[in-house]
Amino acid sequence: MVRFENVGLRYGMGPEVLRDLTFRIEPHSFQFLTGPSGAGKTSLLRLLFLSLKPTRGLITQFGHDVATLSKDAVATLRRRIGIVFQDFRLLDHMSTYENVALPLRVMGRPEESYRDEVIELLNWVGLGERIWALPPVLSGGEKQRAAIARAVIARPQLLLADEPTGNVDPSLGQRLLRLFIELNKSGTSVVIATHDIALMDQYDARRLVLHDGRLHIYD
Amino acid sequence: MSDFTRSEFAPAPRVSAVPPPRFETALVPRNSISGRALVAVVAIMTFLASLTTGGVILVSQAASEWQSDVAREVTVQIIPTSGRDLDADVARAASVVKNFPGIADVRPYTKEESAKLLEPWLGTGLTLDELPVPRLIVVKIARGAAPDLPQLSAMLKAQVPGAVLDDHRGFIDRMRAMSSTAIAVGIAILALMVAATVLSVTFATRGAMATNKTVIEVLHFVGAKNRFIAENFQRHFLLLGLEGGAIGGGAAVLLFALAAGLSHFFGRTAGGEQATALFGSFSIGIGGYAAVVVQVLLIAGVTAFTSRQTVNRTLETID
Repeated sequence: MVRFENVGLRYGMGPEVLRDLTFRIEPHSFQFLTGPSGAGKTSLLRLLFLSLKPTRGLITQFGHDVATLSKDAVATLRRRIGIVFQDFRLLDHMSTYENVALPLRVMGRPEESYRDEVIELLNWVGLGERIWALPPVLSGGEKQRAAIARAVIARPQLLLADEPTGNVDPSLGQRLLRLFIELNKSGTSVVIATHDIALMDQYDARRLVLHDGRLHIYD
Repeated sequence: MSDFTRSEFAPAPRVSAVPPPRFETALVPRNSISGRALVAVVAIMTFLASLTTGGVILVSQAASEWQSDVAREVTVQIIPTSGRDLDADVARAASVVKNFPGIADVRPYTKEESAKLLEPWLGTGLTLDELPVPRLIVVKIARGAAPDLPQLSAMLKAQVPGAVLDDHRGFIDRMRAMSSTAIAVGIAILALMVAATVLSVTFATRGAMATNKTVIEVLHFVGAKNRFIAENFQRHFLLLGLEGGAIGGGAAVLLFALAAGLSHFFGRTAGGEQATALFGSFSIGIGGYAAVVVQVLLIAGVTAFTSRQTVNRTLETID
């Protein structure tokens, strides 16, 4: 699904922040991406999300060499990837329902065709009572769940989450982890970037550990 | 979506049966502070640009009316000479002019009318017999006719020795120069006004766009293609531009309509006549209103174009 070969990344003329990354993300797999702050977790997520291009090496996603993709092709490929940002990035002027439905709306699907689907998912993540609420009135945990629902509504093949439990209490963190596990069981490959060791200890999964820009894999 | 039917977050569906209130809110927030500020800037600039356009049209129309009024009138002056009957000379000159082709009307001023003309300078109770005051004959030229004025002048001189024909050529030339200058200055001011409008609208649009950067980023991350994002922003800003333009242009149109109505209403008073003589009817006509509409469309177009350029630049930076 995703293949990195000797990938390196630097910003401008600065030092390499990621060096010689070689790994694969297989379909239906689950992995934690971890490492100390500043190790390059977010940069690696951005490479996976196609919002950065490597300065060297080869990345293929879903069989495409990302270096040769046009902007439209990147947008099309991105529809197969869901991402949960640490700061949620919900649109404040749209209801929870509209935020979650956004990926389907940009695909050009008519609203009536996805209404039941979105409401069902919102119920599933426990936001059934908050469907028409605007993000500014949602709690941190509710925003997090709305962001996750938006990331999975289009049934992506790959789900990326950046510190998804960073803004919630441990109990909600555990419940969110179980949500990701359920999504993984339904066929989505999951990459969770976190430095919450307690969270990782709750689920036996592959760990990708970044240290000084290099990747160590513990299967 | 059967995978999502059971969750510990939501043991049972809790959706209200009430129809949901918001399904497809515009992707770009409609009533943001920056959006309202942009509408205000566009409205004010369109109003000022429309006033300038109307002003140029009014001056141009008034100058053209003055020229045609003056050009359709010539004056014959009969200078008194010793040993000649002035009244007979006036009658003879009037007869010569009346029979000349292309003349619509001839009106010799009587002694009393001539005295009235001099009243502001010489006071009332004047007896013209005591002074060698010339007499005037006002000659109206037929509409569309171009009489041979040098020939008429020669005929008058031959038959009435003291007659002088004044076709106001020098005055018309000076007026033409003055009105051309006024129009040129008006067009220069209009060009500056349009440039200032375009620049203000451009910067106000960029300001409004800056507050929408998050929207662009989120749309980008959920897989929206650049064209989809750009079209949504362009449509949104075109509507804002049209709204501001309609407010500003509409206010200007109302003001011109009001001025035309008041000018018509007060036209019969002395002040109204002076104003009408100076500025014409105060009506900018169909052409003027069309120019205001074109300005509104132009400014809305500039707003939409600027937003598209800014979206494209933003998309370049987040790629």
